[in-house]
Amino acid sequence: MLEIDRLSKRFSGLVAVDDVSLRVEHGSITGLIGPNGAGKTTLFAMSAGFVPVDAGNVRFEGATVTSMPPHERTRLGMVRTFQIVQPFAGLSVRENIAVGAYLRTPDRADALAEAETVGNRLGLGPMLDFAASSLTVAGRKRLELARALATRPRLLLLDEVLAGLNPTEIRDILPVIRSIRDDGVTIFMIEHIMQAVMNLCETVYVLNEGKLIAEGAPAIVCGERPVIEAYLGQGAAARLRAEGGQPHA
Amino acid sequence: MSARDLFPILPVLLVLAVLPFLGLSGSLLNLLIFMMIVALAAQGWNVLGGYGGLASFGHAAFFGTGAYAAAILQTRYGVNAWAALVAGVVLGSLVGAFIGLLTFRSGLKGSYFALITLAFAEVLRIIANSSEITGGGAGIVVPIDYGFENLQLRDRRFFVLLAVICVGVGLVITRWLDRSKFGAYLIAIRENEDAARALGVNVMNVKLGAITLSAALTALAGVLYTQNFLFLDANVAYGPWISIEALFAAIVGGLGTMFGPLIGAVVLLGAGEITKEFSGGIPGFDLLVFGVILIITVAFAPNGLAGISLKSFRRKTRGHTARSSRDGGADA
Ligand SMILES: Nc1ncnc2c1ncn2[C@@H]1O[C@H](COP(=O)(O)OP(=O)(O)O)[C@@H](O)[C@H]1O
Ligand SMILES: [Mg+2]
Repeated sequence: MLEIDRLSKRFSGLVAVDDVSLRVEHGSITGLIGPNGAGKTTLFAMSAGFVPVDAGNVRFEGATVTSMPPHERTRLGMVRTFQIVQPFAGLSVRENIAVGAYLRTPDRADALAEAETVGNRLGLGPMLDFAASSLTVAGRKRLELARALATRPRLLLLDEVLAGLNPTEIRDILPVIRSIRDDGVTIFMIEHIMQAVMNLCETVYVLNEGKLIAEGAPAIVCGERPVIEAYLGQGAAARLRAEGGQPHA
Repeated sequence: MSARDLFPILPVLLVLAVLPFLGLSGSLLNLLIFMMIVALAAQGWNVLGGYGGLASFGHAAFFGTGAYAAAILQTRYGVNAWAALVAGVVLGSLVGAFIGLLTFRSGLKGSYFALITLAFAEVLRIIANSSEITGGGAGIVVPIDYGFENLQLRDRRFFVLLAVICVGVGLVITRWLDRSKFGAYLIAIRENEDAARALGVNVMNVKLGAITLSAALTALAGVLYTQNFLFLDANVAYGPWISIEALFAAIVGGLGTMFGPLIGAVVLLGAGEITKEFSGGIPGFDLLVFGVILIITVAFAPNGLAGISLKSFRRKTRGHTARSSRDGGADA
């Protein structure tokens, strides 16, 4: 579905993404984890075309899209959400989602109907006519997801859609994400909340200081020494073992 | 857009069309014509500044191009006035597209965009003031030759009618923005360019479309100016006055609203005319009045005069809705 091939990005001296290769399999929920500043968002931004790559290639369903502008990638079926939510603040929730829906129809009535359907599915039904700016954090995250979904993507790139939500809100949204996948949308998600990653992802990639340091099933990857140390600091794995504790990040 | 979407426009146009035939004096007819010309220029400004969030200080560039194209094509090349009207609109749009290509490609927004457009208009003013084809500092006179085919109407009432029809075109275009995919995309870009891009909006194309459409309407206002006054010079055509009045009318009336520019133009020029009576015509006094009106509007009706009526209407009908809570919507 998505193949990232030796991607690198440097910001004036700082190597944000360093020679990263990975694959997101069709129909999977794949995770991307790593400490803050690891380069996860930058990797997504390059995948979606928002940040030009310094080196490497991005392929989507076999086609090289490395230098394709973002709006064309969205048309092809790859859409990203933003870690820092980006609502159209002055518009209603319905109008926000309709902007996404307009990608697949020129008709206003169709776009608004689609917006309502997608909004209801994400639990935004009662808020459809409210201003996006009046939504809570959880509401805004759902809106971010709804707008992206309204473009009828085949691949969703979700950048920390669960961050800032309380446990109840997370519990409510996990089944929604799973049902999106069950409808045939492949999901590649950046996530900090390990419980959610364990719960949703079949495969995770771990990024640290721009480099890929581990990949595999979440339960196994999270027990690996480099991963623990990336999160908890040098020597953490050894300490944990010495204390006889079960490592869980 | 369906026929039903045009319903709110009809009564307004009807009133405006009937007004000149109610025995208004010549000077009131002239005022009405002038209001319609400024309203049209402001409608153009509103497409880009109100819907697209790209505020320009240089809509004179489009107004003047329309005005000069009409005058020059008729007087120097003997082109029919109606054909000159079409050419004026096309040339004005091209100037818009050109400025858009230069500025949007380099990502100019906000005050940078505003200043660049001002610079373009000023450059055009200086060129027009010193080149031969525009008549230089002396200006250009379109000889009087009354007749519908020459777009010169001896009866002022019919010129009002013509200008009202043009404003009607502006209203329909604005309504279309409210109802179309293009308009939704343009508003999305105003609210958040990156989010729009992520959702598949070709930001560059939509902005270019907006500035071209915006320039076309304002250029049409310029053509009307030429046909009404039959005289032009660089300060009239490309001078900052029209950029300012278009912008003021759109803001005072209500950014991104259908009737805003029309309401704004009527209120501003009406107030300017009333104070002219009392002040005994001190030059620049009307600008002062415009400024005061602008400040009052921004302070008490941030969504413009059209916003006031819209607000109270919505409050009555639907309770808390998106647009009525828009004032607090700038954060994210
Ligand atoms: N536009 C940018 N300009 C300069 N540095 C950037 C830019 N974007 C990200 N960075 C830097 O790149 C590194 C990776 O950032 P990011 O991809 O946001 O990490 P993550 O999403 O994993 O927290 C950070 O050190 C960040 O400061
Ligand atoms: Mg990030």
